[in-house]
Amino acid sequence: MNWINNVVRPKISGLLSTAKRDVPDNLWVKCPDSGQMVFYKDLEANQFVVPGSNYHMRMGSQQRLQHTFDGGEYRVVPVPTVQQDPLKFRDGRKYTDRLKDAKAATKLDDAVLVGEGELDSLPVVAAAQDFRFMAGSLGMAAGEAIIAGMQRALDLRTPFILFAASGGARMQEGILSLMQMPRTTIAVQRLRDARLPYIVVLTDPTTGGVTASYAMLGDIHIAEPGALICFAGPRVIQQTIREQLPDGFQRAEYLLSHGMIDMVVHRHEMRETLARVCKLLMSGVQATKAKDTRKMNGKPYVNGASVDSKVIETAARESGVVEPEAVPNSQRFEPGKGDKPKRDEGGSSTSANPKDAPRGA
Amino acid sequence: MNATTALRTYLDFEKPILELENKVAELKAMQTEGKGPHIADEITKLEQKAKAALADTYAKLTPWQKTLVARHPERPHALDFIGGLIEEFTPLAGDRYFAEDEAIVGGIGKFRNRSVVVLGHEKGADTEQRIKHNFGMARPEGYRKAVRLMELAERFNLPIITFVDTPGAYPGIGAEERGQAEAIARSTECCLRLGVPIVTVIVGEGGSGGAIAIATANRILMLEHAIYSVISPEGAASIIWRDSNKKEEAATNMKITAQDLDQLGVIDAIVKEPTGGAHRDRESVIIATGNAIARMLSEFDGKSAEDIRAQRHERFLSIGR
Repeated sequence: MNWINNVVRPKISGLLSTAKRDVPDNLWVKCPDSGQMVFYKDLEANQFVVPGSNYHMRMGSQQRLQHTFDGGEYRVVPVPTVQQDPLKFRDGRKYTDRLKDAKAATKLDDAVLVGEGELDSLPVVAAAQDFRFMAGSLGMAAGEAIIAGMQRALDLRTPFILFAASGGARMQEGILSLMQMPRTTIAVQRLRDARLPYIVVLTDPTTGGVTASYAMLGDIHIAEPGALICFAGPRVIQQTIREQLPDGFQRAEYLLSHGMIDMVVHRHEMRETLARVCKLLMSGVQATKAKDTRKMNGKPYVNGASVDSKVIETAARESGVVEPEAVPNSQRFEPGKGDKPKRDEGGSSTSANPKDAPRGA
Repeated sequence: MNATTALRTYLDFEKPILELENKVAELKAMQTEGKGPHIADEITKLEQKAKAALADTYAKLTPWQKTLVARHPERPHALDFIGGLIEEFTPLAGDRYFAEDEAIVGGIGKFRNRSVVVLGHEKGADTEQRIKHNFGMARPEGYRKAVRLMELAERFNLPIITFVDTPGAYPGIGAEERGQAEAIARSTECCLRLGVPIVTVIVGEGGSGGAIAIATANRILMLEHAIYSVISPEGAASIIWRDSNKKEEAATNMKITAQDLDQLGVIDAIVKEPTGGAHRDRESVIIATGNAIARMLSEFDGKSAEDIRAQRHERFLSIGR
């Protein structure tokens, strides 16, 4: 899919720059699915879904957030800075140089961008992973961004929406990238403990350590049509087992039929779906919250401790209370004393005396 | 000694040691034929030389050489550690959803007089066993079994010991079909949720997500020549360098040795191996590992479930900060 990036990348980065666009408006983009040629402008206007074939092209994180929040407006959630290049990694080129390039090309700090704003008037925090930034790989910065985003949702008590897109762990950060798997999982658990919805949108492609951690731990998993979602990529599997992979293997629809995701949703319906799902889940959360503020059904929540709590009187109340009855010694059941009726040996005093049966029963 | 010398697998960089040891063996054979007393001195000298060469080689192993040692076929595997350290070991099987995956072995038993749950990747000691255990590469069922056993541990308040030794999770059609990624994610999550202490020992290869799924522990120990990495040196070489011959460079750059990871604050302690690696004296390394585990576990005696959980969270969140 490299050639797609090659075609799209200059366009998107051009679009992002605040300066005058250096992209000609009449540029054509070829649909990787149908091969049809589309105007870049048309594609952009259609949220990067090819109009004829419905092919969902990859999207930058800024555009993704713009298309998610009401009026395209959001505030960027700050992310703590991390140590750059902790391993002093070089593979012919320095990792720091690669980072610099990626930052310049995308105008992003790293692969994850977090924003807060409103989705159909519901406050939410959303994060988008950008595949253009070193294949959306999960390193320390991206890990901190996920953690900071989830923490922000906790602070604001809002749902957290994640648009996942990643080639996996950032290998240039070695074991420290692997450590982002448990680290981000801790943040997911905190959201869960706070009963805040965590919605994952799996976009093309979501793979490796990202799928094997926070991207597969959502309350609800939504995928975009045709998205590649996997742990080990198709090429790795093919090299290992050396046989033909099934049709549509590891695509969104395949995951849906294998029970790994809840739904496949067209990008044009994503906002509406996310809003509906978040609101449905949040209404439950808000009801729980109301309890905390000592209100229930609009009335003070008393938890059984109030002196003036109203008790609904029922007929059962009169008859349901069994008063202790004084039983004269002569009537008490005593085993071994033969001067009492013997028809109920070993029975309890209640059953021996029919008039003691619960009244009103 | 002679018998084991003949049977032992020697790694490429151990060839000079092999030659010396062979020479010693030859001379000893001559001595038994009665070829004069002056050979005895020669034998002692050569033996010392071989010993020195071994110590010397193992004192400065490169990361790639450590990778080879970590994968050495005679290195003690999870079942060897379990056999040496766990009494009344009772293996438990199955994920209760689909299958039994023998790439991850586990069960209950007694470790130094306390009941524990044990888990580990098992690579297998011979061809038949390796196939049976799928070379220590687990499928989703393995991780789901791990979750099942960890939840059992939580229910009965038993500490957990895990032995990590895997090239990584198995990449196959069935594994993907049944949710390999989800299974790993849930297993990591389960580790983080528990209120009982978890002690992990990376005994050989700690291969990426396949390892972290049962290595998200309160204390992480690593054998001296074990490796732990986000991707194998070969994988990194072909993906980052686009040249599979760069595996030695990749091994060095990725910082995968116990010593590197200790510096990065990813592990808590290194268990020293005998001169010439764990495979030259399995018994002593197993005992040393047991001692280290006992020390780590005792640190959690009397701690509340909340404290144990909070320590584990803090431990991981502080990495890299």
